[in-house]
Amino acid sequence: MNTVVCMKQVPDTETLIKVNPDGTGIVTEGVKWVMGPYDEYGVEEALQQKEKFKAGKVTIVSLGPDRAIEAIRTGLAMGADTAVHINDAAFYEKADSYATASVLAAGLKDLEYDVIFCGKQAIDDDSGQVPAILGELLGVPVITQVIKLEVADDKTKATVTREVEGGHAIIEVSLPTILSAQKGLNEPRYASLPGIMKAKKKPVDVKTAGDLGVSGESMTVIKEMSLPPARQAGKIIEGEDAEQKAAALAKALHEEAKLI
Amino acid sequence: MDFELTDEQKMLVETAGNFAKNEFAPVAQELDREEKYPMEIWEKASKLGLVGAWLPEEYGGAGVGFLGNALITEQFAEVDLGISLIVAATFGCEAIYWGGTEEQKKKYLPLVAQGSAISAGAFTEPDAGTDVAGARTRAVIDGNDYVINGNKMFITNADVCTFMVTLCVTNPDNEKRYKRYSLIIVESDRKGVTTTKIHGKMGIRASDTAEVSFEDVRVPRENLVGTSEGQGFYQAMQFFDTTRIMVAAQGAGLAQGALDKSIEYVKERKAFGAPIASFQITQQKLAEMAIRIEATRNLVYKSASYLDNGKVDPTLNAITKYYAGETAVFCANYAVELHGGYGYIDEYDVQRFYRDAKILQIYEGTKEAEVLTIARRLLT
Repeated sequence: MNTVVCMKQVPDTETLIKVNPDGTGIVTEGVKWVMGPYDEYGVEEALQQKEKFKAGKVTIVSLGPDRAIEAIRTGLAMGADTAVHINDAAFYEKADSYATASVLAAGLKDLEYDVIFCGKQAIDDDSGQVPAILGELLGVPVITQVIKLEVADDKTKATVTREVEGGHAIIEVSLPTILSAQKGLNEPRYASLPGIMKAKKKPVDVKTAGDLGVSGESMTVIKEMSLPPARQAGKIIEGEDAEQKAAALAKALHEEAKLI
Repeated sequence: MDFELTDEQKMLVETAGNFAKNEFAPVAQELDREEKYPMEIWEKASKLGLVGAWLPEEYGGAGVGFLGNALITEQFAEVDLGISLIVAATFGCEAIYWGGTEEQKKKYLPLVAQGSAISAGAFTEPDAGTDVAGARTRAVIDGNDYVINGNKMFITNADVCTFMVTLCVTNPDNEKRYKRYSLIIVESDRKGVTTTKIHGKMGIRASDTAEVSFEDVRVPRENLVGTSEGQGFYQAMQFFDTTRIMVAAQGAGLAQGALDKSIEYVKERKAFGAPIASFQITQQKLAEMAIRIEATRNLVYKSASYLDNGKVDPTLNAITKYYAGETAVFCANYAVELHGGYGYIDEYDVQRFYRDAKILQIYEGTKEAEVLTIARRLLT
């Protein structure tokens, strides 16, 4: 079974995020970059499917600047076979979900795939739109928030479990398809040492958006970015006894918090 | 001179670091309290190639060399020194690697590299530690066997290992004291081998340490490391030249872990209306820790690189090991001070780091022995 994993390199979840002075993005200096955690589920699932079918190729496709190669190598060290690195800093800077999906679609045009895995969202901008747009551009079905996958032996269809509010939906889908991975799909493996030593020898096809014939028209522009307001300190209700405190609390909930 | 790690080494650091954070951190406190060897973590690490990674591929390792092994050790020790000793599941095999026959290397090294065996190095005796040549465990030839009698003390992994590389007296009559010894591989399931786990260690309590007694233990003569008797002392010295660097890497890691935890704490903890990080006396402590860690790390990487390039410098290794031990104890001490009362209770990791650090000035050659080695070189 051949699979493609669309992967984005994102700031580590422990990073202290700061907005840049222009208010157009985050300060990238000093940030530790990692493979998107949901994308990691995608890589793991692709590897497990390859192991199950004992055949096929796992290809990672990533849009990002030079540094993205580190996350690509991590995927290759985990066991992916090849990668396409759309290394185009200028394009990447401005790309919204649509532009990203367009260039990814172009990047995987020549690849063979039964399933395309994406993370359900990148944990930096949290748009969660790329899988759906990609599906539209490629004309293949998209199932989001996938937590279980069973591919039929003949690889013509798959049974997919996805999370829905309060329960699960089980869906049958024809292949090829795009699946966006949700936590619970699997437990991503660590890159093994032999895997790390081999990763550098694996082929990475480097391209620009121009090479792929994508001009990069974004449909949206970030006007302003800001951090959520700092949480205010709690208020301690004063009073002589329980009755007074209860009355003060009720008053505060009614007049200040306007909850009752 | 290039101080940059290679791409592979950077990934190795990341993998080892993630592994330690995910696998060690949740259980470190419990394993310390219960003095329990982390068998499951060892298995998992072995599968990933993190144990015995220094061994060349032909012997089942990942071929990352001793520098690679130091990087793994450092990342592990940042989270917990006791559990980090799973990388020492190959302990003793360094001697086989340096001094063993090709046949012995092919037989024993892949076992530990692939996680199907743990090894131990049995050198220290109740009355002979740093003074290696004071060992009295005796091996006598009887037909095709050696018959071994004696006692070993403070042996890392002895209670969990499959085989131990054992320092024995084989040639007591040799006029040269240093030529009386041989290293012999003793499988721990041989009749007459008894191991007794040592309880109540101050630190590294997740690591296994045991006493060993050999009572008429028979092993085939082919278990002699190398081809001729009388090489044991020299093989042991070469062995320690390798493992000392790994102990120094433990020191660099522990010290960095102590610093990281301190930085996190002093930013949160407020006193006199401000985070204690804003006080110069706090900053002084953090900076002094960072200075020593940087120097230690450079020493470790230099010593390990030398070793990988076939250049063994016992004085440099002694300096590295000595300074790493000092740095670890120094940083763990400051970390406890910066944590105040919280640093004194076992809910906070720095208290465990403080107890763990001390062993780095003791095992693999005491700091006093390192000083002797360094001074001797200075004066000759």
